[in-house]
Amino acid sequence: MELDGKCPTGPMESRWTRHKAAIKLINPANKRKYKLIMVGSGLAGASGAASLAELGYEVSCFCYQDSPRRAHSISAQGGINAAKNYQNDGDSVYRLFYDTVKGGDFRARESNVHRLAEVSNDIINQCVAQGVPFGREYGGTLGNRSFGGAQVSRTFYARGQTGQQLLIGAYQALERQIGLGKVKMHPRTEMLDLIVVDGVARGIVVRDMVTGKVSSHFADAVMLATGGYGNGYFLSTNAKGCNATAIWRAHRRGAYFANPCYTQIHPTCIPVHGDNQSKLTLMSESLRNDGRIWVPLKKGETRKAADIPEAERDYYLERKYPSFGNLAPRDISSRAAKQVCDEGRGVGPGGQGVYLDFAESIGRLGESVIRERYGNLFEMYERITDENPYKVPMRIYPAVHYTMGGLWVDYNLMSNIPGLFVLGEANFSDHGANRLGASALMQGLADGYFVIPYTIGNYLAQGRLAKVDGTHPAVKAAEADVTERTKKLLSIKGKRTVDSLHKQLGLLMWENCGMGRTRERLELGIARIPELREEFWKNVFVPGSGEDLNVALEKAGRLADFFELDELICRDALAREESCGGHFREEYQTPDGEALRNDEKFAHVAAWEWKGEGRAPERHTEALTFESVHLATRSYK
Amino acid sequence: MSGDKDINIKVRIWRQKGPSDKGGLVTYDVPGVSTGSSFLEMLDLVSERLMEKGEEPVALDHDCREGICGACSLVINGVPHGPRSATTTCQLHMRSFKDGQTITVEPFRAKAFPVIKDLVVDRSAYDRIIAAGGFVSVNTGVGVDANAIPVRKEDAELAMDAAACIGCGACAAACPNASAMLFVGAKVSHLGLLPQGQPERQDRVLKMVAQMDAEGFGGCTNMGECEAACPKEIKLEVIARMNRDYLGATLTKRPRGAEKGGGA
Repeated sequence: MELDGKCPTGPMESRWTRHKAAIKLINPANKRKYKLIMVGSGLAGASGAASLAELGYEVSCFCYQDSPRRAHSISAQGGINAAKNYQNDGDSVYRLFYDTVKGGDFRARESNVHRLAEVSNDIINQCVAQGVPFGREYGGTLGNRSFGGAQVSRTFYARGQTGQQLLIGAYQALERQIGLGKVKMHPRTEMLDLIVVDGVARGIVVRDMVTGKVSSHFADAVMLATGGYGNGYFLSTNAKGCNATAIWRAHRRGAYFANPCYTQIHPTCIPVHGDNQSKLTLMSESLRNDGRIWVPLKKGETRKAADIPEAERDYYLERKYPSFGNLAPRDISSRAAKQVCDEGRGVGPGGQGVYLDFAESIGRLGESVIRERYGNLFEMYERITDENPYKVPMRIYPAVHYTMGGLWVDYNLMSNIPGLFVLGEANFSDHGANRLGASALMQGLADGYFVIPYTIGNYLAQGRLAKVDGTHPAVKAAEADVTERTKKLLSIKGKRTVDSLHKQLGLLMWENCGMGRTRERLELGIARIPELREEFWKNVFVPGSGEDLNVALEKAGRLADFFELDELICRDALAREESCGGHFREEYQTPDGEALRNDEKFAHVAAWEWKGEGRAPERHTEALTFESVHLATRSYK
Repeated sequence: MSGDKDINIKVRIWRQKGPSDKGGLVTYDVPGVSTGSSFLEMLDLVSERLMEKGEEPVALDHDCREGICGACSLVINGVPHGPRSATTTCQLHMRSFKDGQTITVEPFRAKAFPVIKDLVVDRSAYDRIIAAGGFVSVNTGVGVDANAIPVRKEDAELAMDAAACIGCGACAAACPNASAMLFVGAKVSHLGLLPQGQPERQDRVLKMVAQMDAEGFGGCTNMGECEAACPKEIKLEVIARMNRDYLGATLTKRPRGAEKGGGA
C-alpha cells in the first residue's frame, strides 16, 4: 500500500503557513470540553501538554519516572539548532532545511523538515522568554557554537547541559498548568496498551508502578511522546528506563512502524569497560569544535599518546573530509572510527577506541578557556575513566544513541490510526536516515510547542466522538490483555534474569545490525532473535508480585517488546538494499567506502504493519519526492 | 581505567517491603566487583545475584546514569550521594572504595520524602513546590525575538549555576532539619537573576516558600550540609537570595485575594 503523508503542495516556503491558515479551529470556550492524553514528559511531551493546556484543553500526562523533570531529554548535552543567523554567517531557514535534508541522506520528508527549520526560531524565542539560561556573549546577546554537518554556527547552548535547561523550561510550563488544574499528571505510571474503538484511538491502559493497579483512561485524542528505542541494543546512551513499550503496543494495535533500521550510532562515547557495564555515556559532539580525533598510523601501536609524534598520527576525519573535518556528521564519523579500529589501529583495551585530543586547543587557547567551554564534560569523563582529559586525550568509541525511525505519522503528526498522534523521537518524520547534532531538541520542541497545538485542533474540529467508558468491549479486552501479560511474566519462574537476556539480545543486535550490516548477518539476526525470545518466554525469572513496585516486572515487560521490535529492525535493514545515513549495508558502498544510496528503488519511507504474532509484518511505502533540495550524493569532503 | 581491579566488599542495604513496613538493614557479601564499575553497577550485580537465588532485587530510583536526571537518591555511608563531592550516586565509581570495606546504603530521608519501597522515596513534594510558582508565566508563542532581551553575561552565568539543580533531594536529605531551602533558593535565584523572572519575583518566592512549608520541610539553620551534599555545587548564597526576596516580598507585597495554584 502506498501511504499518503498529507503534505501540502505548492511553494515550500509557504506550505506550513498555508496549512495553518486552512486548519479548522475550535472555539476557545469549547476547548475545555476536549480531553487529551499525552504519554511522556520529555521535550515533546512536556511542551505539548503545557501548550495544549494553555489553549484550554483538559490534558492528562503520563510518565514512568517519579517526576516529569527526569525524562531523558534532560541528558542532551550540546545544544539546539535554530536559523537565527545571529552570527551573520549566512544562515537562513533554507540553509537549515537544506543541511537537515542532506544530513538525513535524503530520506526525510521535505515538507516536515522545512516546517522544522521555520519554527526553530520561535523555539529559541519561547525558551528565552521562559528564562532558559542560554550561554551569552559579554554584550548580553545569545552565543552560538558549531555542530556536525553544518558550516555555520547556529547551535544555542546552556553549557554542556542544554537538554536539561530546555526540559526544565518545558517542565516548569507543565508544572504551571498542573498547578492551575489544567493538566493532571500521572508520574510512575506506565502505558501498557492503546485503546482503539471503531478504528479510532480513544485511550490508554496504564499500570500504576507503585500499587500495580491497572486502569484505563479515555480521551478525544492520544499523543505518544515516549522517545526512542535505542535500548533495544541494551548498551546505549539512553537512560535505563527508556523503552519502546508505548509505541510498540500501539504498533500491535495497528499503528505502522516506519524506518526502524535508521539507528544513530554516536561517534563520541566513553568506551565499554567490562561485562557489568550497564549503559554508555556520551561525550557531546560540541567537543569536536575544539578536540581533534586521531589514531596512530601504525597498527598495534603500544606507545602512550603523548609519545607518538605528529608525523605518526592519523587525523583521519581531517584527512578524509577536509571541508568538515572533525565536524563531519555522526554516521560518517562513527563509520570512520569503526574502519580505523577494524584496521587494528584502535587505542585502549581491545583496540576499541580512538583519541579525542584537546592538546592543540589547550596550547592555543589555554586550559581555562577549554574548562569554561566543556568543564562539566571533562569532569564527567574523569569520574568515569579516572583519566584527566586535560593531560591525556579522551578515548572514545561509537555507541547507540538515537533512533530516527519510529511510528509513522503524516504531516499533522497523526499516525495511520485516527486520533493517535506521535511526537518527538517516537515518530519517524524529520531526520531521515541520520540526525544532525542539536536537531533532536529542535524537533522535540517544534512538535510540542508549535506543531501539535495546531494540527490536533484540526482533527478534533472534525466532529465530536461518541463517549467511551470502561464497559466498552475494546476497553475490557485491552485491560484483560495487560493483566494476562503481567500474570504470564510472573508465572514463568525460570532461571534467567531479565538483564542477562537483555544483554544477550543487545549483543546480538550490535553484532548483526550495528554500524555495518550485511545480508548474511541480518538473516542470522532474524533467525536468532525468535530463538532467544522463546527462551525469554520459557525461562525468564520475574520475582515478586504484580501488586506493588516491581522493578523486575517493569523491565521484563519492556524487554518482551524489544524482542519483537529488534526483529523488525533487522527485517527493515534487510529489506532496504542500499546504504543511507546510519543504515550502512556493506554490500552497497562506493569504492572509497562511503554510503551508496539507491534512489531509484529506495527513495521511500518503509512503514511496517503488524500482522500478528508469528506472522511476517507487511511493508508499506510512502514515496519521498525532492522538489527544493535535489537528490545528490552526500559529500562532506 | 587501566588501574582497575576486582575487590570484595560487604553492603548493608535498607530493605523495606512497602510504606507501612518497618524495614531494616540487610548485609550482603559482594565478591568480585571491578573498581571500574559504577556504584549502581555494583548494586545491579547485587540484584542479579539475589534473583539468581530466587529473591527480589533491590528497588531504587535511577535512570540516566549520567548525573543529570536526578533520579538516583542513595545515602551512602551516611552521606547523600556518597563520599565524592559534586558527584551523584550514578557517577560514583567503586574505585572510591577499598577492598574489604563495608558500605551502608540507605534511602534519602526526610519527613516530606516517605519511603515507597527499599531505597525508593516519594519526592513529589519538589514538583508541587515548582507548580506553586517556580516558573515564568508565559504562554507558548510569545514571538519576541530572543536577542531583544539582553542579559548580562555574569547574570546569565549565575542563573545557570542555580539552574543546574537536578531536583534530586540530596539537600533535604542531608539537612538535619530536612530543609528544602537550597532547592527552593536555586529556583528563586535562577529566575530572579534574569529579566524574564522579574514580574513575578515577589509572587514566586512567597508561593514557593508557602508550599515548601506545607510539604513539611524544615527551616534553614545555616548548617551548610546541603551545599556539601549537592552534586551540582549549588551554593548557600541561593538561600540568602531567597531570604532577601522573601523578606522584601512580605514587606511590600499587597495581597491579591484568594489565589490558588500557579499565578498565571
